[in-house]
Amino acid sequence: MDILEKYRPLVERHKKMLELGQNAVGLRMDDVYSPTRARIDGKEIILAGTNNYMAITFDPACIKAGQKALEDYGTGTTGSRIANGSYALHLDLEKSLAGFLNRKHSIVFSTGYQANLGSIAGLAGPRDTVYLDADSHSSIYDACALSGARLIRFKHNNADDLAKRLRRSSEDEGGRLVVLEGIYSMFGDRAPLREFVDVKHEYGFELLVDEAHSTGVLGANGRGLADEAGLESDVDFVVGTFSKSFGAIGGFAASDHELFEMLRFAARAYMFSASPSPATIATVKEAIKQLESRPELRQKLRHNSERLHHGFKSLGLELCCDVPSPIIAVRIADEPTAVVLWNRLLEAGVYVNIALPPGTPNGVCLLRCSVSAGHSEQDIDKIIALFETVVLSLPEALQD
Amino acid sequence: MATDDEIFAKLCRLIQPFNTADVKLEKNTDIAADLNIDSVSVMDFVMEVEDEFDIDIPLNILGETRTLSDLIDVVKARVKGA
Repeated sequence: MDILEKYRPLVERHKKMLELGQNAVGLRMDDVYSPTRARIDGKEIILAGTNNYMAITFDPACIKAGQKALEDYGTGTTGSRIANGSYALHLDLEKSLAGFLNRKHSIVFSTGYQANLGSIAGLAGPRDTVYLDADSHSSIYDACALSGARLIRFKHNNADDLAKRLRRSSEDEGGRLVVLEGIYSMFGDRAPLREFVDVKHEYGFELLVDEAHSTGVLGANGRGLADEAGLESDVDFVVGTFSKSFGAIGGFAASDHELFEMLRFAARAYMFSASPSPATIATVKEAIKQLESRPELRQKLRHNSERLHHGFKSLGLELCCDVPSPIIAVRIADEPTAVVLWNRLLEAGVYVNIALPPGTPNGVCLLRCSVSAGHSEQDIDKIIALFETVVLSLPEALQD
Repeated sequence: MATDDEIFAKLCRLIQPFNTADVKLEKNTDIAADLNIDSVSVMDFVMEVEDEFDIDIPLNILGETRTLSDLIDVVKARVKGA
């Protein structure tokens, strides 16, 4: 049998999407003008689906730092840090990052996906048990599968459900690792960290929080949900990405655990990937400085998020999260309607993300916006106005 | 101890909300392929099964658990005193 034949139904699904307009899952941006503007199909479009929370991708200091590293260290590292050595830049970044995160140790990975793969599969092995939230990101699921650990899934954001499953698994023989996310990527909701920490104190486990969408965004110091909740000492391991608030690519894991550095010899995603390029490392290091010295970015992001959240609410759109968050997901009745609306929004001048099952929780279809500190109030109002024109023109879009 | 048929009847009730095409359920029904439900829905269904029988079913064994009959075996093996 043809090895790719199993994807035939996917071809049909994709064909249906293309019959309704552009390739919503493979959009081409011809020029990117700023964190919030690009040229698509010859037209300037407002970007509202980039995860560019701090709007730092065009920051002059970051660009300058990247250019200097490119000139001083070349285009790439051409190998992994284990086999081919680290550049001083990597070690500098890990030091800066540990300082920013207020952790003793930090390890840099080449992508955010690999940060989860390396951390979770590095921490947990076949004799351990990982408890993961049902709505976890795919990188967490993949990491869990790679770890070989026993995997128990608990109901999304439900600490009681986790407790019930911990009680059932009283015979866990090895370590127990619970994995949560600061902000969940599809609905934009946060983990109720206090409740999970209470369960941790009662049952005992090690806690990893993926702050991919919350680093830079939440907390007085921008360190994420645990910072905001005042519970950093209860979180054993923090994972995050450089591709969102830091405006680059790569990821990290950090901890105060005395043996944490051993992940450098156990995390295969770290050991067998080429290390991040000099320019990337340098821009991230500068981005950390920016995040530390410009808390107004976080305030602006919060302001923009609230404005969009309340604007959408007043239109009567069904949002997947009750509290304002930089991720604002609008629920749409079905896949064809979501595809049609996504196309109409793009034609009208705004780019958002389309999110479809099985990539979404509970089989829902979403038009997902991510807000940036770089959006002006006028941008936010324009996005609200375009949703009003486009989405409300199709009343059946909102019915289930 | 529950019989295969009793477990099967419970599984059929639990899977019905996911069986949107209303496929007729047999013991040899392939949960994902025959019911055309995605991986996330399979995991959601299994979570219901865990709660119904008060057992844990690690995700690791789902790869080997294709049919309702396979799942009956998993439940039997994990129910205490069964």
